[in-house]
Amino acid sequence: MGIIQELSESLQRGDAGKAAELTRKAIDGGLDTKTILDDGLIAGMSAVGERFKSHEIFLPDVLLAARAMAAGMDLLKPLLIREGIPTIGKVVIGTVQGDLHDIGKNLVAILLKGAGFDVIDLGNDVSPQRFLDTAQKENADVIGMSALLTTTMPVMKAVVDLAKERGVHGSTRIIVGGAPLSSDYAREIGADAYCYDGVSAVECVKKFLGRA
Amino acid sequence: MIRKVLQIPVAEVLPSREAVMGGQGIPRSTTPDGRISRLADDALSLYGEKARPAGILMEVPRDAFGAVFQGRGSNEEESPLGPIYRASDRLALFAVTVGEAVCAEISRLFRDNDFALGSMLDSAASAGTEMAAGAVEDFYRGHLRDAGLLDSLSGTLRFSPGYCGWHISAQGALFDALRPGEIGIALNESFLMQPLKSISGVIVAGRKEIFDFEDVFSFCRDCTTHSCRDRISSLLQQ
Repeated sequence: MGIIQELSESLQRGDAGKAAELTRKAIDGGLDTKTILDDGLIAGMSAVGERFKSHEIFLPDVLLAARAMAAGMDLLKPLLIREGIPTIGKVVIGTVQGDLHDIGKNLVAILLKGAGFDVIDLGNDVSPQRFLDTAQKENADVIGMSALLTTTMPVMKAVVDLAKERGVHGSTRIIVGGAPLSSDYAREIGADAYCYDGVSAVECVKKFLGRA
Repeated sequence: MIRKVLQIPVAEVLPSREAVMGGQGIPRSTTPDGRISRLADDALSLYGEKARPAGILMEVPRDAFGAVFQGRGSNEEESPLGPIYRASDRLALFAVTVGEAVCAEISRLFRDNDFALGSMLDSAASAGTEMAAGAVEDFYRGHLRDAGLLDSLSGTLRFSPGYCGWHISAQGALFDALRPGEIGIALNESFLMQPLKSISGVIVAGRKEIFDFEDVFSFCRDCTTHSCRDRISSLLQQ
């Protein structure tokens, strides 16, 4: 078995130590940085996402794999930057203003990073201005918003409205998620998609960026 | 009328491993591998170490609760709690928390990329907070029984702002009346409690039949748990 395949499998097992060791070995062995990323780390996370979708594994398994991914990425990221290798897309993510629940948003951010996206996590209690200012400054492809409270859901509409006002809605896609939300609500406020969970968020962003 | 602060022993509100796994979407029928079970055990051990469960309970007259229920006037047109509290015998506002330390630990674990343990601890803390609310309700029920104010035909059920048509903005009036700052719970401008792992609401005591409502309200369609069904059926069977 090649080192890249071994790396992908170590990630699927959620073995962070092994994933870091194999990433280091691959780098030291002169393997192409993008190959290590795409065929090792991202391929491993993608397989994990598929197994989660088919209920073969559960959330903790996915999160163990994400930790292994992060261990590999810690070593790979400086090389990606140095070699000017672009990420497959940039996502600005946050929990909307007035809401402090961030566990769901954190899980989505972890899985997006695992899929190879550059994720700018604004944390919680994020104002519409901050979402838009950051998305425009960073030239983000997607804005991801999370809300757990029905009272804070209107902030999502304020973000969509502000994106329209600034003329960036369309070039920057907007996705929403959170327990009280639905596809109907996403449509109603003019968001581009409602994502049920982290795996569906990854699929959705990939689709928007032509990576599905 | 009783007003009481309760320091709840962690051991009394320690969730089962199955409850923690359930919070992670692992069905009871599944036997997860040893590593996942160990993670759940580690999360429970961390929860036991960090959680400081506490509750506060205060009885209020029906009229006074009417003002709390009304809040800022944003409730749904119809809420099951309206007719239930009006038909009640006694009412007590309550708030519980498992404390800030456990919430800080969850954040720390995520920051350190220990996502699986952080997520497990989050599930443990959520289940523990729910148990703490149950412990306060049990205490109140026991208090009423001891005082001869609750017979076998009566029971209690709790409701929280943000659910069952009771708008979350009513938290403002609830906090003004209950003052749960005494156990370390504060409210932000969005009516969110801090620490996040906190629950507040009202415990309604009355004849069992007043609690028997159908989940056919407009907001029931959006409810993901319908946990009222189990609680009402368990109350009616008591």
